[in-house]
Amino acid sequence: MKLEDKLFLVTFNPDHQSHLSVKDQSVCAQCREKPCINGCPADCWEHEKEKNEVLVSFEGCLECGTCRIICPYGNIDWKYPRGGFGVKYKFG
Amino acid sequence: MADEKFDAIVVGAGPAGLTAAIAMAQAGLEVAVLERGAFAGSKNVMGGIFYRHPLDQLLPEFWKHAPVERAIVEQRYWLLGPNGHMGGGVRSQSFAPETPNCWSVFRAKFDRWLSEQAEQAGAMLLTEATVESLLQEKGKVVGVHTSLDDGDLHADVVVIADGVNSLLLRDLGVHSEIKPNQVASSVKEIISLPAEKIADRFNVEPGQGVSIELFGSFTQGAVGLGFLYSNQESISLGLGILVSDLARLKLKTSDILEALKEHPSIRPLIAGGKTEEYLAHLIPEGGYHAVPRVSGEGWVAVGDAAMLVDNLHREGSNLAVQSGILAGQTIVRAKEKGDFSAAGLAGYQQALKSSFIMKDLKKYRGLPHWLESSPQFFNIYPELMNDAGTEFLTVDGVGKREKQNRILKMVSRRRGLWGAALDALKGGLTLK
Repeated sequence: MKLEDKLFLVTFNPDHQSHLSVKDQSVCAQCREKPCINGCPADCWEHEKEKNEVLVSFEGCLECGTCRIICPYGNIDWKYPRGGFGVKYKFG
Repeated sequence: MADEKFDAIVVGAGPAGLTAAIAMAQAGLEVAVLERGAFAGSKNVMGGIFYRHPLDQLLPEFWKHAPVERAIVEQRYWLLGPNGHMGGGVRSQSFAPETPNCWSVFRAKFDRWLSEQAEQAGAMLLTEATVESLLQEKGKVVGVHTSLDDGDLHADVVVIADGVNSLLLRDLGVHSEIKPNQVASSVKEIISLPAEKIADRFNVEPGQGVSIELFGSFTQGAVGLGFLYSNQESISLGLGILVSDLARLKLKTSDILEALKEHPSIRPLIAGGKTEEYLAHLIPEGGYHAVPRVSGEGWVAVGDAAMLVDNLHREGSNLAVQSGILAGQTIVRAKEKGDFSAAGLAGYQQALKSSFIMKDLKKYRGLPHWLESSPQFFNIYPELMNDAGTEFLTVDGVGKREKQNRILKMVSRRRGLWGAALDALKGGLTLK
């Protein structure tokens, strides 16, 4: 089963503003491994090669915190979404 | 609301925060519980096992009303190789049904129910309230700043129960950022199946279930564990991998889970099932040495926020509940004395120390380092043990002594006899 199909099963109430951001793109530009991309269980992070920037799709974030911990440079500004927004599990 | 002051504010409506709230509310304290989700449990994830002890001390016979799935009557432990598994387990009728040891649960349902018990005990539950920071005056925590309009709330004490990603403890400077080798990134699927199919596949009576802890080569050499728990009409299948190993070995948890679903020992158990939900969460893995200071001026920390998880026994929610109860009781005594200073709340740390929580974590304090420095347990032994077992049980005209010699050669070639002997000795010393 594809990850995108699994994520389709999850209920989200996305905010219009992101709770995740890169602190400094120049740090990501120098990061060879970019472990945030593989580490995220929901494929929220991607490397946009043209601009050489790391981008995040916060709308599908499962709020686990893996990116926050796996980033070797502490370069992710990770907050909880505002009250009521974000993932909403049926089972948990 | 800005002018209202509570005796205690609890940040996070999980088992730790809610049991602290219940213990305090039962003693007549004015308690507010702040939950960032739409309802308590909507953000909460675990593998899925909830123990009877110690919640039944606070809410006697809670399981007769609580939304639990199946009473776990059999706990299996499987070492997976690429082609199968070897395993053992314990099944006992003393685990069910009169005094169950534990159940499979869904946290979105269970925590919501527990939050209703907190409200019935007199606590006030505020949902959709994200705590953004702690309010401090002269080095003392005096309340919280929330995402609500008019969002500052004051209290004598704040119970920090915001989970494994405790941004509040970090901002308080109690611990520096969590290290990648102190947490596992875990993913899980809920796979629905009819109740009769579950009864047949796991050989259980209605309302009874089986848990299977999974070790082995499916983690592709990374420190990690998997689990399969039977629910009323579904299976919870998931795994956790140490975040430092995810980075080191460039693995993806979602890929490993997908491969695990195809493993020959797992596939028949979930065959015909339909995935209903996909979830992710971090699990504290640092053990004893990762537990930060748990109380200070006007605050206490409980549950995952305080990194209270016993990984070897896959116990977490029971440590959360026990820490919540002990914190709640400490605050009730602090209220009697009117002393919410670090000294007034220090009894909590002492109580944790005297409880099974810190005793167990201390017993296994060497485990995280041992596992991390022993990749052979994840990349050599699972396949080796399974191959040895298969060799021993394959009848092919070769004598048993010759079989024994072949197995010794396998061990010698893949790990070395000295290495294996040392691993056994070190393991014994680490877990003793």
